Amino acid sequence: MAMKTKSIQTAAALAVLSLAALQAAPAYAQAMQHSTEPPFSHEVFTGAVLFEKLEYGWGLDGPNIGRWDGQAWYGGDVNRVWLKTEGEMARNGRVESAEIQLLYSRLVGYYWDFQAGVRYDIRPQPDRFYGVIGLQGLAPGMFEVDLQGFVSERGDLSARAEVSYDAYITQRLVLQPNIEANFALQKVPELHVGSGINDVEAGLRLRYEVTREISPYIGVGYERKLGDTARYARNEGEDVGGWTFMTGIRLFF
Amino acid sequence: MTNDKLSRRRALGLGVAALAFPAAPGALAQPAVGRAMPREFNLTLSHVTANITGRRRPAMSINGQIPGPVLRFREGEEVVINVTNRLREHTSIHWHGLILPSGQDGVPGISDGFQGIDAGGTHQYRFPLVQAGTYWYHSHSGVQEQSGIYGSIVIDPATPEPFGYDRDYIVQLSDWTDETPSHVIANLKRDPGYYNYNKRTLASLVGELRRAPDGAARSAIVSDRIMWGDMRMDPTDIEDVGGYTYLVNGHTPAQNFTSLFRPGETVRLRFINSGAMTHFDVRIPGLEMTVVQAHGNNVRPVAVDEFRIAPAETFDVLVRPRDGRQYQVLAESMGRQGFAQFSLATREGLPALPLPPHRPRPVLTMADMGVNYGPSGLDRGTPLPEVDAPGHVAPMDMGGMDHSSMQVPAGGSAGMQQGSMGGMNHGSMAGMEHSSMAGMNHAGMAGMNHGAMGGMPGMDHSSMPGRNHGSTGAGATGGMDHGAMGHGGMAMPDPLVNDVGALPGARVLSYRDLRAAKPLYPVREPTRVIEIRLTGNMERYFWSINGNSFSQAQPIQLHLGERARFRFVNETMMNHPMHLHGMWMIPQVGNGAENPLLHTVNIKPGSTVDVDIEADAPGGWAFHCHMLYHMETGMMRKVSVVAARQSVSAR
Repeated sequence: MAMKTKSIQTAAALAVLSLAALQAAPAYAQAMQHSTEPPFSHEVFTGAVLFEKLEYGWGLDGPNIGRWDGQAWYGGDVNRVWLKTEGEMARNGRVESAEIQLLYSRLVGYYWDFQAGVRYDIRPQPDRFYGVIGLQGLAPGMFEVDLQGFVSERGDLSARAEVSYDAYITQRLVLQPNIEANFALQKVPELHVGSGINDVEAGLRLRYEVTREISPYIGVGYERKLGDTARYARNEGEDVGGWTFMTGIRLFF
Repeated sequence: MTNDKLSRRRALGLGVAALAFPAAPGALAQPAVGRAMPREFNLTLSHVTANITGRRRPAMSINGQIPGPVLRFREGEEVVINVTNRLREHTSIHWHGLILPSGQDGVPGISDGFQGIDAGGTHQYRFPLVQAGTYWYHSHSGVQEQSGIYGSIVIDPATPEPFGYDRDYIVQLSDWTDETPSHVIANLKRDPGYYNYNKRTLASLVGELRRAPDGAARSAIVSDRIMWGDMRMDPTDIEDVGGYTYLVNGHTPAQNFTSLFRPGETVRLRFINSGAMTHFDVRIPGLEMTVVQAHGNNVRPVAVDEFRIAPAETFDVLVRPRDGRQYQVLAESMGRQGFAQFSLATREGLPALPLPPHRPRPVLTMADMGVNYGPSGLDRGTPLPEVDAPGHVAPMDMGGMDHSSMQVPAGGSAGMQQGSMGGMNHGSMAGMEHSSMAGMNHAGMAGMNHGAMGGMPGMDHSSMPGRNHGSTGAGATGGMDHGAMGHGGMAMPDPLVNDVGALPGARVLSYRDLRAAKPLYPVREPTRVIEIRLTGNMERYFWSINGNSFSQAQPIQLHLGERARFRFVNETMMNHPMHLHGMWMIPQVGNGAENPLLHTVNIKPGSTVDVDIEADAPGGWAFHCHMLYHMETGMMRKVSVVAARQSVSAR
């Protein structure tokens, strides 16, 4: 009972945080300094908020689940601050996983940002801090890539790779395949994480850009836990993966 | 003669009266301008609500109107202009194209001793007019120009002009957006393709494949798509900003600004492009235009059917409509997003003629990229500034010199740091053997792996004749056959010719057609060649010169009395109309002593153009791209003209 209350609080806190970030974005844009005051600096500071995923999924052979994946940045041409968050929520409101990252980001190539900072996983329990380094950018072929390496407060090493592609079918209808994989260098039994490739997740989302800011979408996803991670899940009586149909909205401000 | 003058004045009066009508009746105060102003002029800048598109939007005005009032000066007189700032922010007014002391030029932080005009303050400008012609003025603070702080200047000549006319109209073109300019920047920063609704799509791919005549064409289409994807560039990115309404003297196409004429009269149209981000292709179906002035300076009359006018440029043309019908003057945006239009008619109040369909939208080719296969690593200006000391000096080339006689850069340590640039002798590349190009195997361009290209030593643009053939008139390049410069059958675009998509045989103005009627400077060799590479990061939307955004850049130092040659190398895929304050820019278009005197020179994507500057105006001068959002996000420099002796200790 206490557990559940706490998870609802966590979810509420995250929701408030997300909304606050959304609210803040236009304000950032408004407050953007143009430095008409001499001496000129002319470096433009600006920010953006992108929720790539804000969706509800119907599991074909698993539970229904809500999911969010968002990021926001603010800064100049080269140096920026990033905030990233993602997580999943069960139908009963229980937050299965929730993480938030605060990163410093520096442009190191025409298309690439080097990022470093901290990640905090509120769920699953026990909550945990990680150090993060990463590389985010646009790879040849117009693939959006986000590679991250983590070291937990216990010294456990893990990594995550995400790749997505925006295929414009028409000027507003966009098909976005994406794939995400998690790796760990060692077992972390208390978090049900095995070593090696932990899980792979692939999605195909079809969105309609009503405006660049608001794009509702439908999609289909496949998720699979692998190796020891799958074994942990089975032992807990959880699913190791399956197909999901989802519907959601992409927000970009 | 007197009659002629009178009718001329009346004609302009009509033009001005029309100008004075606010674009949105009721939204703006009725201005009190209707005739030439006295010697002392008062401009008041204030916030207003404008209704251009049917929505009431915040805007900024001068004396309550958009555009601001016409400033009518006389050559030889001295004027006093009081600018009162009723905005809630800092401001400034810059007199675009006027030759005046640095302190009167109106660029905060750059013009000598000028720090802008505080909110609530009044600043008095005072300067003599040493020239005649059509110019304009605008705010040089932030992006206020986009909000409405711009107006036109007409300076009547002290001596009669070498051409006559019966009527005289100002045609001030501009682009209006309902968005606030700061939102436009924020949108471009978070998504450079934000405004592009003409992207290549899977649907358009299917259409292209269906239209393709054979399998080879189909595979070329697919490889082209893959190649642009590999470069992470968008060939449909012609205009950065969308959602514009294009205006003539503040009038929308539907409002149909009208210039009156009687059949047989000669009408002077003073075109001014005050668009923040728009190149216009101007034509008048059924009428030939004779260009008599470019950027305020008389040129030998040249008859054209169409001209492209880059932001900040002015062209004066004469037209002689013989029929008493309504002529439609069309200014089509380069990216074919819309028209500005007005009518030449025998009476007021006619409805606008229907707009024609847009001509095909241009798509960038590899040639527009200057055969530069996308940004690689830290090149093209990001993220780390390259060595870029004041007075960055490129090796000098003189006429037909060969590679062996390349000069060591003059100018001490600044030049020495450029050691690695030693081979970048653009001018001398013309002499290069074509055989060395053949070795580069551009025939397979479409399917080319650009990663492998990066590793090819020959890929360095310094050794690409095609890339550099446009060093216009830089000695040996003059007589080059552009057609012969093909890369795998692909012709390199002429850096001075504008492909507007006009019908074959149509005469489209090129800088090469412009011959100064009265050259101001004798021909002489430049003392230095300064390489001005136009660079930027399209993905992050910031722009730079030689890899340095304005916020991190050093001033370019010129010595008083020298003739410097700016060698513009456009490494981006956008046009950049480069504007130097205080001194004329003389593009080396191959007309010798008659090379035109311009205040803004448009540098096409991937091209190289030489522009000479006689550094005869001491002080600090702004030098920037006149695409407003390019300037605002970094494509700007200070040029300091200092006495030679000072320059040693100046820094």
